[in-house]
Formats: sequence, C-alpha cells, structure tokens
Amino acid sequence: MSLSNYEELAAIALFGIGLTLLILDRNLIKKIIGFSMSDAGIYLYLAARGYVEGRRPPIVENGVTDAAAYINPIPTGLVLTGIVVSVASSAVFLALAVRLYERYRTLNLDEITDRVRKEEE
Amino acid sequence: MKGANNRWLEQGDDALDRLIAERIDSPVPETPAPRPPRKRRVRTVHIPHALYLALALLLCLGIIGALMQTTARLPSFGNPDNPTNNEVSRRYLEQGLEETGAVNLVAGMILDYRAFDTLGESNVLFVAICAVIILLRLQQGEARPDDTAWEPRHDLILRTVGRLVVPLVLVFGIYVILNGHLSPGGGFSGGAVIGAGLILCRLAEGGERMGKVLSFRTFRALSTGALSFYALSKAYSFFTGANRLPSVITPGVPGRIFSAGLIPYLNIAVGLVVACTMYALFTLFRKGDL
Repeated sequence: MSLSNYEELAAIALFGIGLTLLILDRNLIKKIIGFSMSDAGIYLYLAARGYVEGRRPPIVENGVTDAAAYINPIPTGLVLTGIVVSVASSAVFLALAVRLYERYRTLNLDEITDRVRKEEE
Repeated sequence: MKGANNRWLEQGDDALDRLIAERIDSPVPETPAPRPPRKRRVRTVHIPHALYLALALLLCLGIIGALMQTTARLPSFGNPDNPTNNEVSRRYLEQGLEETGAVNLVAGMILDYRAFDTLGESNVLFVAICAVIILLRLQQGEARPDDTAWEPRHDLILRTVGRLVVPLVLVFGIYVILNGHLSPGGGFSGGAVIGAGLILCRLAEGGERMGKVLSFRTFRALSTGALSFYALSKAYSFFTGANRLPSVITPGVPGRIFSAGLIPYLNIAVGLVVACTMYALFTLFRKGDL
C-alpha cells in the first residue's frame, strides 16, 4: 500500500465532494454543480493516471518519436471526450431545471416531487 | 308446399329483419369497462431531515473511503512501468507521426485512429443542443420572462472593450483550431474560445444585431453541415485508406500547416460545431431563441 498517489487521492476527494453535493442537496442547481464537480474529479484522476514522471506532453519535438520521451496520450484523449459529454449533459440538466422552475416555481426537489404526486392523484 | 316455403321465408325474413333491427337499436354490447385505475397509494416516506443527512453522509463517506483505499493500492503515480503504459500507447507515440502526419499526437489519435469516437462525441453535443432547443425554445405565443431585459444596453465600457477584445479572441480561437495538428489545441478548445468570443460580442453589441449575423437558420446550416462533412469525409477515408491501403489522403510533411491528411479539416468542422453550440446554449438560456 503506497500513499504516494496524492494526485489521485485529491481527485477522489473532489469526486467525493461532488457526489455528496449530488446526493445530499435538495436544490436542483446545486445538484448539477455537484455533478460537474464529480466529473472534474474523474478527469483529474484519468489525467493523473496518464502522467509519467519526467516526460513531456505528447507533441513531437525535433522529430523524436521514442515512446520513452512522452507521456501516455490515451487518457488525454479520453478526458477530452469526457469534458465535451459533461458540458452537453449539464446543458440538458440546466434546461430541464429551467422548465421545472417555470412550472413549479421552486428548485427544491422535494417540493417538486410532492406537487407532482398531488397532481397525479 | 311452395306457399309454406314462401311463408317460412317471409317469416324468416321478418325474423331476420327484427333481429337486425334489434341489433342495430340495442346498444353495442360493451366490453367490460376498464376499471378505473386504482389509485396508487404512493406512500411518501418522510425520513426526518437529520436522519437523511446522516445516512447520505455515511453513504458518501463509505464510497469515498472505498475509492481511496483502492487508489492507495494502485501502482504509483508517474511510474513508467505502470501497466497503463502498454503497447497501445507505445504504438501511438512511435508510429503516430509517420502514420497520421500530426505533430500533436493527441490530435492524431482522436481525429485519425479514433475518429469515429470523436464523431460520436460531436454528435452527443449536437443531440444535447437539440434537446435544449426542444426544452427552451419559445413556441409561438408563449411568453417567458425575457432575461435580455437585464442586459446592459449600449454600455460604453462594455462596447469599447468588446470591440477591442472580440477580434483578438476570435483570431486566437481560429489559430488554435488551425494549429490543432501542430501544437496543443484543436477543434474542441478552439471552438470553445470562439464561442466565448461570440458570447462577448453578443453582450457588447446587443442581441438584435448579433441575431442578424447568426440567426437560427445559420446555426442550423453550420452545425449540420459541419457534422455531415465530418461524417462523409471520414467515411471516405475509412473506405479508401484504412488498414494501410493506399489512399489519396496522404499525411504530407509533418509540421506544415497543410499536412496530416484530413485532421485540419476535421478540426475546423469540430470547431464550428462547438462554437455554434456554445453560442446557441447561451442565447437559448438567455431568451429562448437565437
């Protein structure tokens, strides 16, 4: 067991803060903020896993094409994909929150759920 | 015999007529009416707030603790011998320049080796903007409090700074997109920069003038056109050049601006989609239209 993975541990902490906010808070906007924070934690984790001590970013310099000169490019590409997907899903969440607020005049998820149930009965 | 037969027939006809008349008059025998849906008694369990907080906190701490335990047992950070640095990344790093022609190996990876992945990614963005348009775009006759009422109108500082900064931001975004295969950057980052420039331009110049330049139709044409170009050109290159078949699209001389095959053009397409999407998201949330 090594405790040298500080970057990953920090990423987990960020993910945990976001997850706690997502589960605990009743405000829809804060839930979305928590979702984005946990996303950021995951990206930090992936990027940290791709890093190799003392190597340069994967942009060829002076024609050196040796794998021992650059860090792992795959997590970088994955994070790029992830960021775009998280932007897209946050936009959809926020649009839904706008619509819910227009209908129920509140962002409290418990109140919205109660009123939806009353309307169903 | 004949008369009897006739009479029977007549009687029969009468009977038939009566029967038909009865059938027509009588209400159609109904299928048993569906029972009124039983009221689902959804019992709202009212957990006391304090208990809910405690349980959720425990759950979160449990998940975080488990993840941290796992992370602490992973191979150490930055170690070149980690199992993630395997033959896949070695192949990308050693052959990427020669096979894709891109100096930026990440661009070569996401826009050549894994180009369909990036097409899916752009499509996710496109589908998301479609969903936001469905949710937020105003229908005819629908009124919503318009947030543009709080926008600064003809604000001198904002307009002057906007005129100074917007061209620089746009040029920088174009530079990032066009150099995506040579330096850090690419379609996604450059598109986000251009989107930010467009949003600033809208705030400085006002929605009416900007709406004339980038109307909903322009947005639609640009997004779908860029996505179709991406899909068609990449499909062409996969049909003609994948699996090391000879292709008309050559990597060119690495380091030149016109090199790396399709990557600069795909970067431009992705950049257009991202810039339009960022700007459209802003205006849709702002006033429900472009």
